[in-house]
Amino acid sequence: MSEYAVELEEVSKHFGPVVAVNRVSLTIRDGEFFSLLGPSGCGKTTTLRLIAGFEIPTEGTVYIEGKPQGETPPYRRPVNTVFQNYALFPHMTVYQNVAFGLEMRKVPKREIRQRVLEALEMVRLPGMEDRRPNQLSGGQQQRVALARALVNRPKVLLLDEPLGALDLKLRKAMQLELKALQHRVGITFIYVTHDQEEALTMSDRIAVMNEGRVLQVGTPQEIYERPANRFVADFIGETNFLPGQVMEVVGEQVVVLVDAQMPIRVPAVEAVTTGRWVTIAVRPEKIALHAQPPGPEAISGEVEEVIYVGTDTRYQVRLTPETVITVRQQNAQVGEAVVFPVGSRVYLSWPPEAARLLTE
Amino acid sequence: MAVQPRTRRETWRLLFLLSPSLFWLIVFFFIPLLLVFAMSFGQRGTYGGVRWHLNLENYARLFDPLYLRIFWRTFRIALTTTLLCLLIGYPLAYFIATRPVRWRSSLVLLLMIPFWTNFLVRTYAWLVILRDQGLINTLWTGPIHAFLLQVAEAVPLPFWSSLVQATAQPLPLFGTDLAIIIGLVYGWLPDMVLPTYAAIERLDRSLIEAAQDLYANRLQTFLRVILPLTMPGIVAGSVLVFIPSLGAYITPDLLGGARSIMIGNVIYAQFMSARDYPFGSATSFVLMAVMVVGTLIYFRMGGGETEV
Repeated sequence: MSEYAVELEEVSKHFGPVVAVNRVSLTIRDGEFFSLLGPSGCGKTTTLRLIAGFEIPTEGTVYIEGKPQGETPPYRRPVNTVFQNYALFPHMTVYQNVAFGLEMRKVPKREIRQRVLEALEMVRLPGMEDRRPNQLSGGQQQRVALARALVNRPKVLLLDEPLGALDLKLRKAMQLELKALQHRVGITFIYVTHDQEEALTMSDRIAVMNEGRVLQVGTPQEIYERPANRFVADFIGETNFLPGQVMEVVGEQVVVLVDAQMPIRVPAVEAVTTGRWVTIAVRPEKIALHAQPPGPEAISGEVEEVIYVGTDTRYQVRLTPETVITVRQQNAQVGEAVVFPVGSRVYLSWPPEAARLLTE
Repeated sequence: MAVQPRTRRETWRLLFLLSPSLFWLIVFFFIPLLLVFAMSFGQRGTYGGVRWHLNLENYARLFDPLYLRIFWRTFRIALTTTLLCLLIGYPLAYFIATRPVRWRSSLVLLLMIPFWTNFLVRTYAWLVILRDQGLINTLWTGPIHAFLLQVAEAVPLPFWSSLVQATAQPLPLFGTDLAIIIGLVYGWLPDMVLPTYAAIERLDRSLIEAAQDLYANRLQTFLRVILPLTMPGIVAGSVLVFIPSLGAYITPDLLGGARSIMIGNVIYAQFMSARDYPFGSATSFVLMAVMVVGTLIYFRMGGGETEV
């Protein structure tokens, strides 16, 4: 058996002139919770459908457990799908829905009964066998869809934005439940979502996609802390972008002149040369605000706006006439925190590795 | 949807809003129906008209083997027509419903265009095609016969001569049940296609994918998911074809000739030539009863599956 549950090798999918998936290569390990993350239309759902067999690649090969799938139809692939709108059969009861896959594979009746009841137990829906899908709430339908797929004990479970239709609270609860469930059953999950928070919460690894391409693959920490490019930095979480020109390269560090007036020191990346136009990316929560300059090269600005949002306070600080930066200060103290009023002069600092130099 | 009990004022308002349709139904449907019903218990007057002499003889007459045979043939023709419409119409509806959205309405329109021509004219066209000197038989006894004859002269094969002989005579199409069925299937096909098309188009594509994802092959997907979920369309289409086929009059009159008649022709004859209004009324009522009972059974049969 291959150590990879699913492999995509230079897979492309064209719909007429539209390139939905563009030379995507991925390796998804056995037992991994893998997310495909990106905005709508980025090709993540098409990628999932290529694995499920609903679409056949225009170019490239999909391997499942090391076997090239070619044009194998969906009903001969060892994968099951949880659909975005659940796609429960409305004319069947919950029991019949969950039993469907086992019946199609001619599993003996008694075993079917046992496995269906087990699956419903697993998704915490016991006693619902005789209900129809339209008698269930959205969250319950979601669980039936999950049971219907998992009862077949697939090698890989494909989930297409399964929590998209649920309200926020239920969604958060289901995220944790899904993750726990995946741990318990040990099945490889491939999870499609456009919600970066969801992907960060649940995944072992994430592939960020845009315009049919995979831009970065990594653990949630890697993706968040070391985004490969501007799109990833912007899509995952919130980021300040400071455009500037490289003034000088000093050993491991680079000095970038932002807006032609403000020098900022950042860790160097390879292939950076003096004079090049670059972008510095800094997360708002990595920035500290001070009333007095913390060091000789501290950057300063003027507070333009203060927004109190409960867990933290957000500041808009104008650094130069062209550039405003967002800073997030956690409200860790009890009672009233130190607040910099609008119009006051503040000094900014961040750990050197918090700033990323993006060269594209 | 259950109608809740209302206040008196609401009842009056409802009656007011319904009054035009109520008036229409009562004056032009309910009262004539009662008249026909009353007539069916009367007797034929010597010079036509009705003698109001209450009896059940008209209904008893229908049990005459002659009429029972016609009833049976009518039922058989209507059923065959419905099944053929389903066999032709469902795949056609499926084809149209699975085309890209921008093609669908044009395809439905193409289906409808022939039916903007008068029904009588279209049925007459089938007469021109099917009769002994018609299009099919002209080809059959003409070029096809001549071709087979030539081949027979070149290659003398034993079974060939019987084929040559067969093409010497026109095919017996006109005046048969087959001719009527062809005419009816042609006439009522859109009534099958439209409701089945609506049902198939409404069908959630992801349900088909879900079935395939759960190891159902194409046939299993069709039988377990597509067919049950489009059953409402099939039931509606079948009723829409079966009922008018049972009552068909023009088609058997034109294409059935004197040999093959349906119950609609019997009713027509009673009113227009035999002038036996009471017997015609009784026949109409029995036909209506058959339709009502048949429809109810059919809806009941489909009903269990169609509650979605």
